[in-house]
Amino acid sequence: MELKDIIKEENKVYSKPELLDDVHMHYCPGCSHGVVHKLIAEVVAEMGLTEKTVGISPVGCAVFAYNYIDVDWVEAAHGRAPAVATAISRLWPEDVVFTYQGDGDMAAIGTAETIHAANRGENIVMIFINNAIYGMTGGQMAPTTLIGQKTATTPYGRRVDLNGHPLEITDILATLPGTCYVTRQAVHTPAGARKTKAAIKKAFENALTKKGTSVVEVVSTCNSGWKLSPVKANEWMEENMFKHYPLGDLKVD
Amino acid sequence: MKQEIIIAGFGGQGVLMMGKILAYSGLMDDKEVTWMPSYGPEQRGGTANVTVILSDDRISSPVLDAYDVVVALNQQSIDKFSGRVKPGGILIYDSNGIHNPPVRSDITILPIDAMEATFRIGHPKAYNMVVLGALLEAMPYKLPMENVAKGLMKSLPERHHNLIPLNREAIEIGRKLLSK
Amino acid sequence: MKGNEAVAHAAIRYGCDGYFGYPITPQSEVLETLEALMPWETTGMVVLQAESEVAAINMVYGGAASGKAVMTSSSSPGISLKQEGISYMAGAFLPALILNVMRGGPGLGTIQPSQADYFQATKGGGHGDYHLIVLAPSSVQEMVDFVGLGFDLAFKYRVPSMILADGIVGQMMEKVVLPPFRPRRTDEEIRKQCPWATNGRTGKRKRNVVTSLELESSRMEEVNHRLQECYREIEKAETRCEEIDTDDADYLIVAFGSIARICAKAMELAREKGIKVGILRPITLWPFPKEAVRKAADGKKGILCVELNAGQMIEDVRLAIHDCIPVEHYGRLGGIIPSPTEIVEALENKIIEK
Repeated sequence: MELKDIIKEENKVYSKPELLDDVHMHYCPGCSHGVVHKLIAEVVAEMGLTEKTVGISPVGCAVFAYNYIDVDWVEAAHGRAPAVATAISRLWPEDVVFTYQGDGDMAAIGTAETIHAANRGENIVMIFINNAIYGMTGGQMAPTTLIGQKTATTPYGRRVDLNGHPLEITDILATLPGTCYVTRQAVHTPAGARKTKAAIKKAFENALTKKGTSVVEVVSTCNSGWKLSPVKANEWMEENMFKHYPLGDLKVD
Repeated sequence: MKQEIIIAGFGGQGVLMMGKILAYSGLMDDKEVTWMPSYGPEQRGGTANVTVILSDDRISSPVLDAYDVVVALNQQSIDKFSGRVKPGGILIYDSNGIHNPPVRSDITILPIDAMEATFRIGHPKAYNMVVLGALLEAMPYKLPMENVAKGLMKSLPERHHNLIPLNREAIEIGRKLLSK
Repeated sequence: MKGNEAVAHAAIRYGCDGYFGYPITPQSEVLETLEALMPWETTGMVVLQAESEVAAINMVYGGAASGKAVMTSSSSPGISLKQEGISYMAGAFLPALILNVMRGGPGLGTIQPSQADYFQATKGGGHGDYHLIVLAPSSVQEMVDFVGLGFDLAFKYRVPSMILADGIVGQMMEKVVLPPFRPRRTDEEIRKQCPWATNGRTGKRKRNVVTSLELESSRMEEVNHRLQECYREIEKAETRCEEIDTDDADYLIVAFGSIARICAKAMELAREKGIKVGILRPITLWPFPKEAVRKAADGKKGILCVELNAGQMIEDVRLAIHDCIPVEHYGRLGGIIPSPTEIVEALENKIIEK
């Protein structure tokens, strides 16, 4: 049997989402970003929102998200994505605006913008990649770094007396009346990816129907930053991250 | 015609509002006007003064060294501005609580008891309108009263328009303080 | 009408799509007036009090990226906070309008008027090689006019423009003529005027990306050259200034904003004394009217720069004339405003008697 006989519509079991660009991603092998990008690309296409979606990319590993998902993008200053999204969402009320932020962006430098956009109940989607480390700058401590976790700036492990506690920003956001949907997911298994996709879809629906702010946290691995193999990183996440950041819905209105 | 005026006193005395009504009255009289406040950060009790210029021509500086008319509503303002009345100009001050009255022979000095007059109306908030009345009476340029009435309408928010008759009465009482 | 209130009225009438701000004295009346006028009910303009100056300028960044005509206003300490967003907008070729009603600094400083942000406004302000178009109003009428001009220039060149006012023009009340209502652009018009804007891939067009990031050095250098070319064009076409009685003058005063009007009074006083003074008032502080200053300085005995700072614009004046005649500075600091007499005295002491 030749290749051309195999590549046929009836034999197709999988295809790349149309909105995911055919380019090499700069993400490390094993990183969760690629999976989440794919899920967003699928949701936008399936919901028919290609012409209405604007993404706001952060500073951090996902800064180049605009090279991978084929919608309009604005690259925001570090932490300011929710402010940028606020303006576009208000000025183009027909559009669906989502931010894509890491833990530093969302919970350290951009805490004020995050909390206030959510508190105003902006009709936007915040997708929050929490891998408990600063990947792009070389593995420094993040606000969500676990106690005892070793990073470039906590070489002997995070200490409460020196570095304070991991910041549970998603839990905080769930307490705000402006949020309509707050959930925590992970994409380390096919089932997890399916659930995350459903969560992203629900969040986009909320933005379309102007229900308020939706937050989808994806607890993620950073095998480079954690200095583990992709498989080991998934195991470490299940053993340690999920204890502190348990999966599931925090708020469904 | 050009009238360069400063009104100075405590914050809360209605100094800025008085200047605003004067400026709007000038505007209704088809004059070029400038209203330039200077005050401390506090909303009450600090010092406040406002420069109002009415002119037939384009106004240059909103900041001046000397004035045609100075209205001083406390001792500090008298001390600060009595020397800055142009020769031949006018200084109006409220004599209430003044221990060191101004002395100059080359200007017209007009003490008024606006506080006492205000008590007679029984509406302490009309104090600045009484002073405004005296100022309008003493000012070399005579602003037509119908334009002052229009200025009042313009500068007061609509919810306060019910106070216009009271304000006009207070202005009249103020005018009489100096019209004898 | 107060200068700050006039800006709010002007924004609505010039078809502004959105205002994002944070209260700070002496310019809070801009946001207050907009909230009171409720333009979202009439023109559809969005008005939002942000959680900080940083958030406000990043909202402006987002709005500008999507092609809308958006603005913010603040005063000196708040403008320092906004520098991040301003630099990003410059780097991403975005049009927007920023009003700075300057107060005295450094630090929290004073709420009284100042012109001490001249360097910050004209030399860029944030990080990187960039300029803003900087307009300096000297009257309430110009506060109004420059809202329209500021937006027009910003969109013409795709650069942010700034109205650099001082507390005097912001707080002063004067007679103004408001412009007729210019309707806000429709979404269709925006898509046509700003094909680069990020407001959704209508008609499945190629995606737009607004970013100031370029990690490849040779491409980053190209971006910088493009910016610089744009600035050279602006310098050629958009330099503005006003001259008063400079032709017969022996001495020249250079001053901007409301201070130029105090100088006009000083000029009258000086001429009464027989001192022939003329005034040159730069209206665009960037691009600085170098050529006009050079021409006006020709044949003069000296120049006095009067500024509410310790000597900032004087550097541009001296560069413009290559120090071919004496140039001196007179300024008051900390919120003190010089009187016309003081300025005449400064002219006599610093220039004439030297």
